[in-house]
Amino acid sequence: MLEIRALSKSFGGVKATDNVSLDFADGSLTAVIGPNGAGKSTFFNLITGALRPDAGQILLNGVDMAGKAPPEIVRHGIGRAFQVASIFPSLTVEETMLAAVGADQRRAGVMRRRFPLVETRDRAEHAMELLGLAGKRNRTAATLSHGDQKLLDIALALVLEPKVLLLDEPTAGMGTEERWRMIDKVRELWEKQKITVVFIEHDMDIVFKIAPAIVVLCYGRILATGTPEAIRRNEAVIEAYLGSDDHAGAVA
Amino acid sequence: MTELRAGQGAQTLAPPRIEARPQRYRDVLIALAAFVVLALLPMMFGSKQLLDFVIRCAAYGLFATSLNLLVGYTGLISFGHGMFFGLGAYGFGLMMQKTGVPIPVAFLVTLAITCVIAVIIGAICVRLKEIYFAFVTLAFQMLIHSTILSWQSLTGGDQGLRGGIPRPPFLGIDLSNHLHLYITSCALLVIGLLLMRQIAQSPFGYTLRMIRDNATRASFIGIDVWRAKLVIFVLAALFAATGGMIMALFVSGAYPEFAYWTISGEGIFINMLGGVTTFLGPMVGTVLLLILNDTVTRLTEYHGIVLGVVILFFAIGLRKGLMDFVVEWFAQRRGEGRG
Repeated sequence: MLEIRALSKSFGGVKATDNVSLDFADGSLTAVIGPNGAGKSTFFNLITGALRPDAGQILLNGVDMAGKAPPEIVRHGIGRAFQVASIFPSLTVEETMLAAVGADQRRAGVMRRRFPLVETRDRAEHAMELLGLAGKRNRTAATLSHGDQKLLDIALALVLEPKVLLLDEPTAGMGTEERWRMIDKVRELWEKQKITVVFIEHDMDIVFKIAPAIVVLCYGRILATGTPEAIRRNEAVIEAYLGSDDHAGAVA
Repeated sequence: MTELRAGQGAQTLAPPRIEARPQRYRDVLIALAAFVVLALLPMMFGSKQLLDFVIRCAAYGLFATSLNLLVGYTGLISFGHGMFFGLGAYGFGLMMQKTGVPIPVAFLVTLAITCVIAVIIGAICVRLKEIYFAFVTLAFQMLIHSTILSWQSLTGGDQGLRGGIPRPPFLGIDLSNHLHLYITSCALLVIGLLLMRQIAQSPFGYTLRMIRDNATRASFIGIDVWRAKLVIFVLAALFAATGGMIMALFVSGAYPEFAYWTISGEGIFINMLGGVTTFLGPMVGTVLLLILNDTVTRLTEYHGIVLGVVILFFAIGLRKGLMDFVVEWFAQRRGEGRG
């Protein structure tokens, strides 16, 4: 269970995250939407430790993550992927996976033994299978297509076996068809892994189609939370976000 | 089409890179073979000059390869790595001159001292961003150099440690015997390279590569970036100090130049020459630089100009070190052969 309690962060006078409280149940799939500058990425950065909250708590199974450094938060089980694929350009797909698992296991005291261990290989293999990267294991990350780099980024988060997976715009920079493939992948991961997934998404069609729960952020505050149906009908959301002409169709 | 071929080429090349178990035995075998060849050298060629050359290669090779652990594997461009070379030489020389402990003890104590100093300097430096890291390491190098110059009563100032280093025999090894010194240097070189290879290919070595490629991402998969950087900074310092100790034994003394920034510069130079993408690149660079140094200084006074032209050729002409070039060339040829 991930519980956000009264989380706040300001930059200068701007409240990027303003007293946000949210619960993410174990095994839930939640979409975070909101206009540009709504504080979606800031929200993720606060949860993962990239930014230090001014106030509030981030409770993962009752343990407060607020103010901890990213590596420690990752070790507690909150993994993330980035809006712009964040990968290791000179390593191959397989090396990336093995290295990530290796780093994870070394902490658990498996130092100096045969690399990769059988377990290392199994975990790496599993993550590559899940993301459909097994066939490209020997490709250097820098030579992968944009979509595959995004998948590799997600694989990096997933290979650490997180309890909560945060995906910052998994479909950013993709064409329509690729978007749907990616989002199907996200849903498939969620169903198979039974982990808590929170993702940021711009495309309303996608959000309404696959997310059982939606959080709408606006100016750093929670505007609404609920099921796709409830969000569609929510007056405040329609006015603030969906009311613009491009999304009129989606609302109706 | 091209993509397909590139994929195939990569497949034929890549798998052995990660198969560490066979590779480790292979590394040990190669190291043993190299040691045997080096050990047989004195029997085949009586030339003292050649053996001297190999000893210098051992000293500089350990130093340069350890620098590559920082530069090539971790992306830490240290301009002060030479300070540990100097520390090794002075620490060992002083220990032997002042205390008269057995050589292995002096060796280990010098490593321990280097370790402590490297932890302190590293803890200050590794959190800094690239350019600041480079210059703060350089500053520490200058600090150590001027300490050596001004602490005359201990270090002999600009005269260096003179009067020779006593070498009481231990375990049947007598380092005042040139052949024994040669074999010991070769053994230290081979063992040092093997250990560094192990570090580079271990999970920790891959952690370093991840930090080099993308430190932010590394921290988001749970890696304490600065701790990993500190560990490799200290480990590299230990190997550099070992190189310095070989040098001290070779010249039977220690001189302020060993701790001057030009040593660090030469380390960087060697890495550019040999290349940083292969493990043995710096070793090849060492041999190249020493050969260049020896021949060019004999031929002309203006050896600085010649060396400058050579480095320009590598930096601007090839845009990589010699070993990088060779490896890429082979990879390309193999790729074409299959495609």
